[in-house]
Order: sequence, then C-alpha cells, then structure tokens
Amino acid sequence: MKAKLKLVRDQFPILKQRVNGRKLVYLDNAATTQTPRAVLDAVREYKEFFNANPRRGAHYLGGQATILLERARRKVQHFLNAPSPEEIIFTRNATEALNLIAYSFGLSKIEAKDEIVLCISEHHSNLVPWQRIARLKGAALRYLYLNDDYTLNWEEVKNKITARTALVGIAHMSNVLGTIYPIKELVGFAHKQGAAVVVDGVQSVPHQPVDVQDLNADFFVFSGHKVFGPMGIGVLYGKRRFLEAMPPFLMGGEMVEYVQEQEAAFSELPYKFEAGTPNLEGAVGLEAALNFVEEVGWDFVQKQERQLLAYALETLQKIPYLSVYGPKCLKQQGPVLSFTIKDCHPHDVATIADAEGIALRSGHHCAQPLMNYLGVPATSRASFSFYNTKEEIRRLAASLSKVRKWLGYGS
Amino acid sequence: MDLSELYTELVLEHSRNCANKRLLECATCSKRGYNPSCGDDITIELLIEKDQIIDAAFTGFGCAISQASTSIMIDLIKGRSSAEAQKLADIFLGMIKREIKEEEELEPLGDAIVFQNISNLPARVKCAVLAWRTLKAAVPEANSH
Repeated sequence: MKAKLKLVRDQFPILKQRVNGRKLVYLDNAATTQTPRAVLDAVREYKEFFNANPRRGAHYLGGQATILLERARRKVQHFLNAPSPEEIIFTRNATEALNLIAYSFGLSKIEAKDEIVLCISEHHSNLVPWQRIARLKGAALRYLYLNDDYTLNWEEVKNKITARTALVGIAHMSNVLGTIYPIKELVGFAHKQGAAVVVDGVQSVPHQPVDVQDLNADFFVFSGHKVFGPMGIGVLYGKRRFLEAMPPFLMGGEMVEYVQEQEAAFSELPYKFEAGTPNLEGAVGLEAALNFVEEVGWDFVQKQERQLLAYALETLQKIPYLSVYGPKCLKQQGPVLSFTIKDCHPHDVATIADAEGIALRSGHHCAQPLMNYLGVPATSRASFSFYNTKEEIRRLAASLSKVRKWLGYGS
Repeated sequence: MDLSELYTELVLEHSRNCANKRLLECATCSKRGYNPSCGDDITIELLIEKDQIIDAAFTGFGCAISQASTSIMIDLIKGRSSAEAQKLADIFLGMIKREIKEEEELEPLGDAIVFQNISNLPARVKCAVLAWRTLKAAVPEANSH
C-alpha cells in the first residue's frame, strides 16, 4: 500500500513543489484534481503528432483526429458502462452538460404546473438552470431536505416526488457534505412517479466505479478536470430515447446534415449535440485520465480514500471548537470534509492553512441554498484524493489547531 | 507570507469586540455590501446631517479582515463630511491597487494603513475593500435623499 502510494504520487509532478516554504499539501480535490504524467504526455503527443480538426477534411491528420475523438468517446462509454457511444456527448464541463439538459429537455418537456424536485445540497450548476426553466415554463421548484445526519430523507422523497414531478435533479455525491446519495433507489422511486432523473456525477466519478445502466439514471454528467483530466472537457450521458427526442442545444457547424437558407436538418447522435470544433485535446486527455484511474485500480483508490477520510474525521474532530458537516459515516460519505471552527471565518482558516502550504477551499462552495439550510455563511472544506497521505492530514490538523490562536481566541 | 503581519493586534481587536458593530437607530442611510464568492455580508449605516457623518455603524458577518477593515473605516469617517469620506475611500482603494504608495499620501488613512500589504494575498483583497466600496456607494445615495 505504502509503496504503491509513492509510485502513484510520483506520477503527479505538481505535488513535489513547495508553497510558502513548506511541501505542498493539496486538499482541494473536489474543486479540481491534479494531472498525472500520463495525461500531460497524451495531450502533448496529440498536439505534436495528430492535431487536426476532427470529422472535417479528407486528409491524413483529419482522419487521425477523428479516430482519437471516437476512441475517447468509447473510453468514456465503457468507463460509465453506457449502452452505446452515441449516448456520450462531449461538452465543456458538467455545467454545460446540465444546461444542455435544462434548455433542451427541460424547455421542450416541462410544462406549467409541473414540478421540478432538487436536493437542497445541489451545486449551483444543477440548480440555477432549473430555476430558469421553472420561471420560463411556470413550473414549481421543490427541494428535498435532509436527515439530521445529512443523508437523504425518504419521507421528503415520498412527499415531494409525486405524479406532478417532471424531473428530479440530484448529485451522486455532495461537494460540500460528501454525502453519497442512494441514486439507484431514488431513480426507482422517481420513475414510478413518471419523473426523469438527472444525476450530477462530478464528485462521485473520481472516487467510485459508476455504472449508469445499474443506476438507471436518465442523464448523468461529469467534468474531466475533477477526475485527473484537463479543464474544458465534460461529459453528458443520456438515454438514447431521451436524446433522440430532444432538440439540439447549440446550433452551428458539424451538428447538421444539410443546411438551406431557411432550415436545416440535424445530425444523428451524438453529433446533434456537439456543435463547433470540439475540445479534442481535452477528450484525449480525459481518455488518458480514465485509463490512469483504471490502472491505479478502484481497490487502491477506495481503500486509500476511506482510510484518509476515517483518519481525517478522527483527527479533526479532536480539535476543540471544530464542527464537521457531513454524515461522518464511511458508507455514506465520500472523501470530502466540510467544517467550521467556532468564531473563525472559513476564509481566515484557509489563509492560515495556506501560510503552511496547505490548500483548502473556503466559502459557500457554489451551494448557497445549502449554506442557508445549514445556517452558516460558509464552511472550510478539505477534499482528498488517493494521492494524499496521512502525514498531510497530520499537517492539516496541526495547522487547524492553531487557527483560533492566530485569530486571538486563546485556544 | 507572515501571518503575524496580517492578523495584527489591531486587526484582531477590531474584528472581535467591536463597538462599531451595532444597529444605528435613526440612520439616514443604509447600504449592504456582499462578497458573493466568500459570503462576507455587511450593512453600513450612516447618520448624516448637514453633510456631516454624525455617527456610523455596521452589522453583518464575515472574516476577520472584512470585519476589522469595516470597523477601522467607521472610526475614521465619523465626524467627516461626505466628500472627505469619499476621498478616504479613494485613497484606501488606491493603496490596495498600489497606485498610491507615498507615506504622506497614505497618512489620512490612519490605522487603515495596516491593510497596505493585503495585495500580497490576492484572495483576501476583496475582504479588505468590501467596506470601502460599500461606503463609496452609500454616500452619494445618502446625499440624493
């Protein structure tokens, strides 16, 4: 385990650097993950040897670029166990994928008096687009509030997901609480009520294997840069019968069959939803990232991350005046840990940690309705990846123990 | 980065027990300032009579930097004319942008000079300037009533 951890860490050049005189401790993995050599090399190789605009032009490089794009698509398909590559749409990020669903599916299928049900812990990216659709269509927006331990409350589910519900939006794993929601069971319930389900998989995809057919979600999205890939590449999986019935989202080149002065016929899936030149280096990098994760292996990833979370929960909760927001139960929580320290604003906490080279996130984490629900203006968050170490958590704990003193509170 | 240069006695004193943090009855002007990215949320209240700031106070919450900067600002603007308050805000913002560096020019800022080096911490600049931006927006509104 220890030897493998060293091998894995060595793949990430950025982790070797020093920040503010100390060895970097990167604990902001829920915001973005670092990039392994395999991804850096794949992007570089693409740019050096194969760069061309895919699916256009009949020259050698154009053909190679097309092959790479479709190879990346099939990698994502297999990674998610999607039935076919046509159900994998490349987007800019998860936010764009969710907007695609909102503006295409939402605008055409959601009617006045329908209801949209979201979990209160949604990231703004799976919340603000639905506010817009609800406003445009005269639909109602309802929220699932949580149990006291920040897990899904089935009474809420039964009360709020009804025959009036057209759509349910929920993250597989909360970016603030770390809660892993029982998506398969929730999808089963929502489908019985006739609702479609959109799952934001941004936080779960880096930490656990995902099988979209097993979850049976109608839509599932994630971002490349949160799973060791480049920024600017995201993925939308949608069930074929949904995608085929949906109108295009962005219009332009390569999403059309033929175009006349007054009208156009649109391409087949997946190209109907991929207007304009795609981010091919992003797709190539993402493919390399997913291969990398599989080479590291889910056994190692999950064992290491569970150990880190368990150790962090144990260590941090010993610190006086520190409160954790999350299930605190390894079965229902991914490696994300939000906390506050009494009397200390999370931004001061992050600055004090940063002075020792420790990267934490502080703020509302793009989940302001959740912050209001929790009754805090902001939290600090440490989020782990399998390349983090127990030693790094010890350094975090040592730094957090000093926060109140720095801010003049004695202990 | 040396934390002791940031969290000085002066800053901690102002951020913790703050006589300036209270509701101002009979305020003639009230302005909310909000940092959406971190959640600093303050409301500055001014009592202005005959163009003079008779009293000032604030409510809200935020990090030590934002709270201390607000409190120090309030000490500084009490008794000033609204034009003087505007001028002080301009000097403060100029100092943060490093457009104003001369000691002489910064002198009117008094204790607020403590934030001069906050520009070394780009993530915290918005915390330090929140109160001053809010003041700049509040004063013209107060005068238009």
